[in-house]
Amino acid sequence: MKNHVFRPLFAVIGLVVIVLVIRVFYVPKDFGVHERGYMYGWYREGNVSEWKTSVKVKYQGKEYCSGCHADKVQTIDKTPHAIIQCENCHGPANDAIADHPSEQRPKLTIDRTRAQCLRCHLKLVYPTSGRANIRGIDPEKHNPDIECVMCHNPHKPGLEGLK
Amino acid sequence: MNRREFLKNTAKAVAGVTVPLAAIEILSPARVQALKADSSVRWAFLVDTYKCVGCGLCVKACKNENEIPYEANVTRTWVERYVLTKDGKLYADSPKGARDGFTSAKIDLGMGKFQDIRKEDIKKAFFVPKLCNQCENPPCVQVCPVGATYQAPDGVVLVDRTWCIGCGYCIMGCPYGVRFFHPKYHTAEKCNFCYHRINKGLKTACVQACPFGARQIGNIKDPNDPVAKIITTERVGILKSEFGTKPQVFYIGLDEEVR
Ligand code: SF4
Ligand code: SF4
Repeated sequence: MKNHVFRPLFAVIGLVVIVLVIRVFYVPKDFGVHERGYMYGWYREGNVSEWKTSVKVKYQGKEYCSGCHADKVQTIDKTPHAIIQCENCHGPANDAIADHPSEQRPKLTIDRTRAQCLRCHLKLVYPTSGRANIRGIDPEKHNPDIECVMCHNPHKPGLEGLK
Repeated sequence: MNRREFLKNTAKAVAGVTVPLAAIEILSPARVQALKADSSVRWAFLVDTYKCVGCGLCVKACKNENEIPYEANVTRTWVERYVLTKDGKLYADSPKGARDGFTSAKIDLGMGKFQDIRKEDIKKAFFVPKLCNQCENPPCVQVCPVGATYQAPDGVVLVDRTWCIGCGYCIMGCPYGVRFFHPKYHTAEKCNFCYHRINKGLKTACVQACPFGARQIGNIKDPNDPVAKIITTERVGILKSEFGTKPQVFYIGLDEEVR
């Protein structure tokens, strides 16, 4: 056969070899078929530990807060708001607290908006949902223009806690 | 086709074909044995729809914890509201995934339209939190052509951000619509049960943030796990069981209206 027929064939074989060689270097050693076989378990193993360890935890939880603010936590623990995590209103603690030495700690951003309270306290008569059991208001009728925290103390939400 | 094009196409085809080469990797018997050794952890999630009040504090915590831009209209977990009226109509909404909770009684119909429902007309109304089901047979993993979406030995379906090529097959493959592209990383994104938290003995951000205990996470391979006990001994439901994906997110109080 003539040379011009073979030339593209050699080119293709060359390409295959090049791609295979690149692949050896490019594909990580821990990439392959794992526990659940090809259909579900084909991945780079190192990524599992990457997800475990290199993502930062932001929300620390109430116990962490009570380490320094035990008084606040004790007060709120006697109220119906005891079920709410501090960070639900005060924002995640990690970036502001854990990462900074005490002299240069930025303040947490506190959500004092009406909307934050209405998440639970907008009256919704929804049978088959816990929402029906929460004391709520009609936001259009109940002091529409001011923030709830102007009158209500979120740490002492009972009426005796009225400011 | 000219020669240049022919060679170009061939190069592409060869590169494509060699990607799944790992599939024909020959496993030694010892390795097969090692792979069979089952993990002693299988994470599962339990949602109690009776307890959920639609405050959306879970969604807010999730967005912050997992760095999903707050303003972007995408979330790893969201809460849906279902309102059934006495005349048999069904209304459902989830404004912004409920990241700000349900602070209006009006149903958000989209396109700036809202529906008022009188409380006398309501027959049933409740909230349903949703998230990735970490399916036992995840179609999203099956369709991923490069092995970027995969199932970890403890059952959680993870996305390898360095390996995802952004083709979007998994987004199409998931029958639950829980996947989206991360606005910053431009890789496929979804709930991964706060993998960085549960492996440190913490609860997921949404479970921790929920004031009403509507969300719980546990290990169904541990017979003493309180969540496992409920899942294995009480009547719980899963979403879209007809697809056979075997979701590992279980619901108390599911209703036929919930899809
Ligand atoms: S719910 Fe969707 S994204 Fe999650 S594991 Fe199942 S198929 Fe994959
Ligand atoms: S935090 Fe709990 S009660 Fe509030 S919306 Fe989420 S699951 Fe429902």
